[in-house]
Amino acid sequence: MAKELWKGNEAIAEAAIKAGCKFFFGYPITPQNEIPEYMAMRMPQIEGAAFVQAESEVAAINMVYGGAGSGARVMTSSSSPGISLKQEGITYIAGAELPCVIVNIVRGGPGLGGIQPAQSDYFQATKGGGHGDYRLLVLAPSSVQEAVDLTQEAFDMADQYRNPVMIMGDGMIGQMMEPVEFTDVPKRNLPEKTWATTGTKGKREHNVINSLFIDPAACEKHNIHLFEKYAEMEKNEVRVEEYNMDGAEIVFVAYGTTARIVKNAIATLGKEGIKAGLIRPITLWPYPSKTVEAAAAKANVKAFLTVEMSMGQMVEDVRLAVNGAKPVHFYGRTGGMVPTPAAIVAEAKKVLGGAK
Amino acid sequence: MAVVFQKTKGLTDKQFHYCPGCTHGIIHRLVAEVLEELGLLDDAIGVAPVGCAVFCYDYFSCDMQEAAHGRAPAVATGIKRVNPKSAVFTYQGDGDLASIGAAEIVHASMRGEKFTTIFVNNAIYGMTGGQMAPTTLVGQKATTAPYGRNEDLAGMPLRVSEMLATIPKAVFVERVSVHDIPNINKAKKAIKKAFEIQMKGLGFTFVEILSTCPTNWGKTPLESLKWLQENMIPYFPLGNFRNVEEVK
Amino acid sequence: MAGKVIFDENTCKGCELCVRVCPVNIVHMDKERINIKGYHPATVKEMDKCIACGSCAKTCPDVVIRVEKL
Repeated sequence: MAKELWKGNEAIAEAAIKAGCKFFFGYPITPQNEIPEYMAMRMPQIEGAAFVQAESEVAAINMVYGGAGSGARVMTSSSSPGISLKQEGITYIAGAELPCVIVNIVRGGPGLGGIQPAQSDYFQATKGGGHGDYRLLVLAPSSVQEAVDLTQEAFDMADQYRNPVMIMGDGMIGQMMEPVEFTDVPKRNLPEKTWATTGTKGKREHNVINSLFIDPAACEKHNIHLFEKYAEMEKNEVRVEEYNMDGAEIVFVAYGTTARIVKNAIATLGKEGIKAGLIRPITLWPYPSKTVEAAAAKANVKAFLTVEMSMGQMVEDVRLAVNGAKPVHFYGRTGGMVPTPAAIVAEAKKVLGGAK
Repeated sequence: MAVVFQKTKGLTDKQFHYCPGCTHGIIHRLVAEVLEELGLLDDAIGVAPVGCAVFCYDYFSCDMQEAAHGRAPAVATGIKRVNPKSAVFTYQGDGDLASIGAAEIVHASMRGEKFTTIFVNNAIYGMTGGQMAPTTLVGQKATTAPYGRNEDLAGMPLRVSEMLATIPKAVFVERVSVHDIPNINKAKKAIKKAFEIQMKGLGFTFVEILSTCPTNWGKTPLESLKWLQENMIPYFPLGNFRNVEEVK
Repeated sequence: MAGKVIFDENTCKGCELCVRVCPVNIVHMDKERINIKGYHPATVKEMDKCIACGSCAKTCPDVVIRVEKL
């Protein structure tokens, strides 16, 4: 199929439909509005599909719960403040082991914040914004093409692990237009959803979708079961890009659109004889700690510089992975401000102690 | 020998955990009997609230989902959209529906979601130990209204049926009670009508059922039925507020 | 006479709702014993007076009662 120019939000929506998503529950919030708008246009064209604009993000995530619990491929999308409203629903979905895809087109925070791109929801997405021990599989695309590919895979991952999967973009990913090709993503073989509420049809015992375990022993047992799944995800689903790492003196760690800006800075530094590499996590959870750890063990690596559109959140995971082996620095812009290549170059030089 | 009355297949074998004399048990049975009598059990999917009735997912024999507090109408929306031919219902208390879930019930009605809500109004929070609910009567004592509900501080009880009856797509809205046999029979008729209208796909159907809470009202089961009759019914009048005949 | 009521005794919670609705006043709490839950269970001694109307079963919150017509 030829490449076409797509706006990120609409491309993500179409990718979801390509992955078999037939039910979308959303609510307006900038900068992700094109996703519900696109779904409102497309779902009525599809047999048995439905788009519902909910009364709030709280209602939308609970509609996702109901639809996912009935065995369908369902999605919702929002942006930072809306994702905060969905946190209770998300922990219920994780607790009830329901598959779904949640798209967060991150904007500046906290509070009402702004509408420009940011990455300040990292903690919320990876450390759990809701209550209890649970995890989300969090995928961070850095281009519209990657967003399309990851969205399609997200539905298979969600079904395989019966867990919510988050696509974490930012305002740029959502609003940018880039050439895109909707390729067929490799399909996983997935078990039948015999647990779903479809009506017993008189053929089976009733199914119950539930996250309440009033007996503490049963509740703990359930938690341990969930963590067996998370261990599987950590084993099988880590995704990371290593860029220009050979002989790097300084290693950047950055994801999403920030990683693209860092590649620009790496090119500039290269021209000035400074060898810089980049580790780009594609899964924010499970985090590619081993890759960071391995880099930290290399003699040529003098320091790490984490760059984020936030006041520094992922940097903590970098420090955990480096575990004191090398210094870990941070540079970030937030609130919707986007770091420039020049500023990143300057920061790198500062970290390396000025002249080479 | 003919059986006049026996336990409906709509209920599982699990015994109810409800307090002695709590009329949740009667209402569960009526819903289950209606589902069985309409031949809907195999296609029914219910949504349990958070509150005393949370465990109804173990009591109803049809497929069930347990919703977050107040969100049952949203969960049911998702379920019905995925299973348009199923008989979908939410079973909710007054804390769940009229307090934290007020927006969800209003918007499910506005959208005319084709499911049925069974709203159990016992004018108190039961599971959490007797706090004031949106339907607690003025002067009625609760653990968070120790001097009795004061309308200047906590307003007047919410008449949910009347409120929802103003919403066009809430095509069937009726308030009933289970405080005596004639009213139990009427309640069952209303529940049956609601599911029949749902299965015709005519819109959102709603049955509010006045119910007792002996433990948190601090009364015996029999006194509670009397208190309901003498205090709740005057403020929450029984009757139909919207019927499908009006909806051509 | 016309009917018979069977109590699933150990399900009864002694709430007495059935006692009040019986039109022939034959349902009462069995004060001589308690059931597995420690309640005096509902029972009927003069079964011959039962008219199988089912009122007791309809008001029972715990589905304790089964009614048969002879």
